[in-house]
Amino acid sequence: MRYLPLTDADRKAMLARIGVSSIDSLFRDVPESARFDGGYGLPDHMSEMEVGRHIGALAARNMAAGSVPSFLGAGAYRHHVPASVDHLIQRGEFLTAYTPYQPEISQGTLQALFEFQTQVALLTDMEVANASMYDGATACAEAVLMAGRVTRRKKVVLSGGLHPHYRDVTQTQSSYLDIEIAGMGPDLSGEEDLSGLVDDDTACVVVQNPTVFGHLHDYSELAARCHDKGALLVAVVTEVISLGAVMPPGAMGADIVVAEGQGLGNPLGFGGPYVGLFATKQKYVRQMPGRLCGQTVDDDGRRGWVLTMSTREQHIRREKATSNICTNAGLCSLAFTIHAALLGEAGLTELAQLNHATASALAERLGKIDGVEVVNSHFFNEFALKLSKPAGEVVSALADRDILAGVPAARLYPDEPALENVLLVAATECNLAAECAAFADGLAEVLQ
Amino acid sequence: MTHSTDLRGRGEAVEGGDAIETVLGHRGLQLEEALIFEQDSAGSSGVDLPTAPEAPDRLGTFRRQGRIGLPGLSEPEVVRHYTRLSQKNYAIDMGLYPLGSCTMKHNPRLNEAVVRLPGLAGAHPMQPVETVQGALALIDELAHWLKELTGMPAVAMSPAAGAHGELCGMMCIRAALDARGDSKRRRVLVPESAHGTNPATAAQCGFTVDPIPANAKGRVDLAAFRAKLGDDVAALMLTNPNTCGLFEPDIIAIGSDLHEAGGYFYCDGANFNALVGRVRPGDLGIDCMHINLHKTFSTPHGGGGPGAGPVVLSQALAPHAPLPWVVHSGDGFALVEHEGDAGDAKPFGRLKGFHGQMGMFVRALAYMLSHGKDGLRQVAEDAVLNANYVLAGLEDVMTVSFDGPCMHEVLFDDRFLKGSGVSTLDFAKAMIDEGYHPMTMYFPLVVHGAMLVEPTETESKAGLDAFIEVMRSLAARAKAGDADSFISAPRLTPRRRLDETAAARKPVLRWREEAAE
Amino acid sequence: MSDMKYTTDHEWIRVEGDSGVIGITDYAQEQLGDVVFVDLPDVGKNLSKGDEAAVVESVKAAAEVYAPLDGAVLEINEALTDAPGLVNTDPVGGGWFLKLQISDPGQLDGMMDEAGYADYVKGLG
Repeated sequence: MRYLPLTDADRKAMLARIGVSSIDSLFRDVPESARFDGGYGLPDHMSEMEVGRHIGALAARNMAAGSVPSFLGAGAYRHHVPASVDHLIQRGEFLTAYTPYQPEISQGTLQALFEFQTQVALLTDMEVANASMYDGATACAEAVLMAGRVTRRKKVVLSGGLHPHYRDVTQTQSSYLDIEIAGMGPDLSGEEDLSGLVDDDTACVVVQNPTVFGHLHDYSELAARCHDKGALLVAVVTEVISLGAVMPPGAMGADIVVAEGQGLGNPLGFGGPYVGLFATKQKYVRQMPGRLCGQTVDDDGRRGWVLTMSTREQHIRREKATSNICTNAGLCSLAFTIHAALLGEAGLTELAQLNHATASALAERLGKIDGVEVVNSHFFNEFALKLSKPAGEVVSALADRDILAGVPAARLYPDEPALENVLLVAATECNLAAECAAFADGLAEVLQ
Repeated sequence: MTHSTDLRGRGEAVEGGDAIETVLGHRGLQLEEALIFEQDSAGSSGVDLPTAPEAPDRLGTFRRQGRIGLPGLSEPEVVRHYTRLSQKNYAIDMGLYPLGSCTMKHNPRLNEAVVRLPGLAGAHPMQPVETVQGALALIDELAHWLKELTGMPAVAMSPAAGAHGELCGMMCIRAALDARGDSKRRRVLVPESAHGTNPATAAQCGFTVDPIPANAKGRVDLAAFRAKLGDDVAALMLTNPNTCGLFEPDIIAIGSDLHEAGGYFYCDGANFNALVGRVRPGDLGIDCMHINLHKTFSTPHGGGGPGAGPVVLSQALAPHAPLPWVVHSGDGFALVEHEGDAGDAKPFGRLKGFHGQMGMFVRALAYMLSHGKDGLRQVAEDAVLNANYVLAGLEDVMTVSFDGPCMHEVLFDDRFLKGSGVSTLDFAKAMIDEGYHPMTMYFPLVVHGAMLVEPTETESKAGLDAFIEVMRSLAARAKAGDADSFISAPRLTPRRRLDETAAARKPVLRWREEAAE
Repeated sequence: MSDMKYTTDHEWIRVEGDSGVIGITDYAQEQLGDVVFVDLPDVGKNLSKGDEAAVVESVKAAAEVYAPLDGAVLEINEALTDAPGLVNTDPVGGGWFLKLQISDPGQLDGMMDEAGYADYVKGLG
């Protein structure tokens, strides 16, 4: 077996050194009845080539959104990741390191985390950010729990513009804690007004920008209303590239910002692993979940970095920890950091504008097709269409032509008949003119 | 250069490291590297983009105003920057990484290659299911491996890491209790030696935590455990092998007593590497167990993640597994994403966006296929053999906490350092200068100054011999009274000991322009 | 100092009329190591004996400080916000935590005096 260095001669010598006659005697604490010598319904080992072919065959049965005209978004976005990102994250020193608990030999990971935290704080326009969560949806749930700790209140309002996965994860994670959640129905029109729901018992209001239907909002007034009532505003961003063009939540007065960071550095990968971003105000930092990297000096007075404020975390605080999270999204946050470093201010701004222009041009074009109505007046790179036919059928028909047209709203809201004809369409820098043309032509045909 | 700053408030001056001073602070291959924010060339970018189409502006008043504050660097500068940073890290690719309970084993590169195949890396999670049949088949195949290896009937695939898997398992238990109208059971028994995630998870499910003590042999004290049972006990969370590296020999009795008392048996699967291919947790009477794919099945730790923590479930808990899951449908596969499609099942909710850590699934399956059932059995055997070989090589110079044999990891404590002036931490830092990542320290909490060594099966005998030689030499040096060299270690690293007190008292968690000037 | 009382949780209380100043002992700060943060209750909060009154954190540990007596919080040591190290350098002086309005002076009776506490610590080895 190519991954196992011990030879039979080694094993024999080692058993002799230990002073036992067989490997079985090292397992002597395992009760007889628990030893399994029966047949596993599994194959024996394979060569590297055979494994490659086996998985290659599975991969070949998928239509790759990266290789056909694809307009899917709804929380996961197809972006071009520069080749150097993937090269750098595969360096063994990053890929095969553990959590940087020994800072003297982990300065690479730690410095990158410090850069990541700074980038996230800048993008969201917040004061501090942590070293990542599993994904945007779990970060959202953690934000709600944190708001409960900060305000010592129970009531939570979830906007109808919030991605249903984020809503569901938040509800699930809160289900056995003393939290009351009021979830709004889907806000297709983008006209929802939550200010009337904020009262003296409200811990937080959770909004998303752009919303799951693509609408843009300025939540400054809602933030002010929350603050008047002693509540927090939690803002969710599911498309991180939008922060290169859209007013950041921090500028609107958000208290906690959570985001899905997949769009920078990370492939679609059928849904994971992704990277959750979590940012807040300095004054709330001790209630924050997750790891934090902080700057300090070493014995020689040289600048360096360490994991810090660990007393919030499970390995010290156990049942009183701010979260049970341990492993986070390390390498995905590194990919994020490197991609953002490559883009820089100019690159990210231009990329965001390119996304917006591509989506805007596509919306113009699709809106001219009979049976298509663009719902949004303002959007970033994703918008909702009302079609003359059920969106699921349209998507299937276009998939037969190797076009991935978007996400039918019914995939996210199966119990909302009013959304049956609604299609969520995202366009990114990857959708060059020919892809948009193929989509428009295909859609026109399918709707005829 | 010799600084005698007392940065850690230790009360004694710390001797400086290397005496050689260089112009820029570089020391041979150890290159000093500023933050990207300090390397800003305004307007630079490492990315060229296609030209944007003409289109109306749909951002309006929602457009971002002012600078974001990101620095501009070209591609060569970025590549060099992160390459230099990488060289300040220790990694399993470089050497033994004996972190107990973390299972730092070799990460095969085949797994990195297959996960990047366009059909997998490029698949969108919301594609029509008929266009992602290969992805669903892969999840189903991995699920089959996990069920076979554990002897359990069901598995929830979506949890993103071990702690997330714990949450999944404990939520299944809470849901099962609620479903049978049992609202009284809110107490969860957790051994003192448990990972911190166990009590933290129990608390997140609204349970209270009741610790059970260990006996003198480092195992669950069976009498104390039985005394804690009652009709308010929801579950036991037990790691097996436990965090002292020992198999719980009473586990079957523990499970049946617990079941008889009406509680559920949660097994923390962090240490499954000791058992894979030889012992099926399902034969031990457990109701659920998370499996850290990033431990036993070798998906890379990536400097702290991502992981994946699928949870195998008994028949009693399976109906409560979270959405979504893959089902066979006709001659293909479908995804159940909503409660309305769940049939008789009563899922407790959703734990994560989309369907789980697919990239980790692909890597883990490649690892399993490479080993096969025969190779996985060898994995457990070699992991246990390597740990016992380290035990045998060190037991006369270090203090082994509990009598062997151990399983995949061996626990030492600091009794052998008594009177030497050297602490577990100092000993660990001296290992760094010898070229090794330290073992897990001060965990588990059941012994003083714990040192938990897990070599894993991917270390060669020669590699272990070298490690044993170094550890023996360090132990001898400590006992010989050479405390100063330990206290000032490490000396040969990119940074020496860092002032964690200052970091925590006045947290600096991000770069700021003004702070840098 | 005859007006100092001690608990088995290594807290001290200095009685000043009908109020008591509370902190942790020198032994406790030494066990914790460098204190990096102290989480203090709100002034006005009513505590019962045994309630969590404060949390004191070092780099690698966190410890709850329990109210040794019933009473309302009269004052907290704001200086600890910027200088938590006072708990290490001056645990029974500038490193005090909070001042309580004592509602049941009888609760002081079961506590140790300075000599009793010194013996108690000696017994811990």
